[in-house]
Amino acid sequence: MNDLAIYASGISRSFGDVKAVNGVDLAISKGEVYGFLGPNGAGKTTLVRMLITLLLPTAGQAWVAGRELVSEAQEIRLRIGAALQETALDPKQTGLEFLRLQGFLYGLTGRQVRQRVDDLASLVDIGDAIGRSISTYSGGMKRRLDLAAAMIHNPEILFLDEPTTGLDPLSRSRVWEEVRRVNQDMGVTIFLTTQYLEEADALADRVGIINQGVLATEGTPAELKRSMGADVIIADVEGDAETAKSAVAGLQDIERVDAYGSEVVVRVSNGAARIGAVALALNQNGVEVREIRMRTPTLDDVFLSVTGERFEEVGTEESDDGQQG
Amino acid sequence: MASRVEAAPVRARHAGFHRDIMSVAGRALRSIPRDPEAVYPALVIPIFFFAVNIGALQDLAEEIPGLDYKAFQLPVAIIFAVTGISRAITLVTDIQTGYFDRLALTPVRRFSLLLGLMVADIALVVALTLPVLLLGFIVGVRFETGLLGMLVFIAMAGAWGLAFTGFPYAIALKTGNPAAVNVSFLLFFPFVFLTTIFVPLEAMTGWLQAIATYNPVTYLLEGLRSLVTDSWDWQAILLGVGAIVLVGAVSMTLAFLAFLGRARRA
Repeated sequence: MNDLAIYASGISRSFGDVKAVNGVDLAISKGEVYGFLGPNGAGKTTLVRMLITLLLPTAGQAWVAGRELVSEAQEIRLRIGAALQETALDPKQTGLEFLRLQGFLYGLTGRQVRQRVDDLASLVDIGDAIGRSISTYSGGMKRRLDLAAAMIHNPEILFLDEPTTGLDPLSRSRVWEEVRRVNQDMGVTIFLTTQYLEEADALADRVGIINQGVLATEGTPAELKRSMGADVIIADVEGDAETAKSAVAGLQDIERVDAYGSEVVVRVSNGAARIGAVALALNQNGVEVREIRMRTPTLDDVFLSVTGERFEEVGTEESDDGQQG
Repeated sequence: MASRVEAAPVRARHAGFHRDIMSVAGRALRSIPRDPEAVYPALVIPIFFFAVNIGALQDLAEEIPGLDYKAFQLPVAIIFAVTGISRAITLVTDIQTGYFDRLALTPVRRFSLLLGLMVADIALVVALTLPVLLLGFIVGVRFETGLLGMLVFIAMAGAWGLAFTGFPYAIALKTGNPAAVNVSFLLFFPFVFLTTIFVPLEAMTGWLQAIATYNPVTYLLEGLRSLVTDSWDWQAILLGVGAIVLVGAVSMTLAFLAFLGRARRA
């Protein structure tokens, strides 16, 4: 366990009768970027709030930065940083005052705070605005300032809860660059929840998908995509896809067929060779096909197979799961 | 994020209880001049009541032999200035916006998140006594106990202001609701008006005298008044201090229990 930044065994959290997180096991190595995905209400934020010591688990155990989650919370807080989904800033403070306060609460000296503020001011591209009231900041500036605060004390583990939500593409790419830099240059372990699959694909060494409080699947992005087969054929049909599913299920060389809403998703080893047969089978069974396409699997396909929902359908809503997990 | 920064040897450590408190207090104090409308009532109301009470009742009240009504009213104005002044609304806002969580994520000593606000409250409360005292001097009120007596007077007023803050903080921490915090202002009325704010206890009659006899603010006012109009009346001063301790013990117990509930991560 010495090589692990985060280790959880059966960690759970209930709110009354609702099991927001239900027996999750995690083993995240030091220096790893771990992407954490799930639909709204799946338990992402509840799990993050437990791991960053803001919420007690109701069952199970976890160690973060080698410290036990419940009994050594203060020691964990010294070693982690977190930028939560809602940028928690005081509009009456200036950016500089906010970073200084954060630095002082982490026990940094005045000189260390100045050094880190200088580093981070350029890193998050706030520039001269750092001396202005936060109430004048744009959403992107606030999010970057929040990220800077999470890093002011050079944490060993950085928890980023949807760090690029609401950022423009340029700001997003800067955050990606910074995440890579602190991970690769400084060896910081990163636990990242995101509503952008391409973000998890681009940044994460491994991805975990949580659904209904349970860690449904986990692996490198490549492994997860491979688990979907070599290709997927997606037919968008009129009406219920369940009836269309049976039309395809009997075909040869089909690895698996699933129906989600109006989509029939067919996993095959050679999509180019089978797409014609799939289209024909649907047509012969009276299924009206609006569109049929073939591609290599994406994380979205993995997400769909685990949660029953397309990621873009659930990932763009504003709130996550809050206390309900 | 284009620049490259060398890995700095900066590492977090526990800042220490005192530094935690001063960091939290520093933020609270800096926010006061940026939110002046929160302080205006505490400046205007005591001066208003001081002027109105004297204008309306001075001639009548001074029929009581030996009563200097301006000196009698000065502690009342001070109580109006310092009672209910707190950063509880700020605390509620912090809870609602997640800023409280942001602070709780740091290794800050938990209690310093509340004590730091209270340190800022004391500083503000003491500052609020000064314009009222200045007004008293302008209208001719003098301290029989001299400069030292005035300092004790300010200290007692500040301690009372602090003692009362426990109530709004308890409500803020328990509910996380700004409207509920404003309700705590209702406590101000029985505490302050069911006392000897208009006339001495001996001149009161019936139910009001009975209630005022058991109201700790009556003894606080008597202690403060003794510093203005008498020489060092240790019994009155100690009863005043006792009233502060009594109310403070109740309010702070409520506040810190509510804080523990908020901070226990349940």
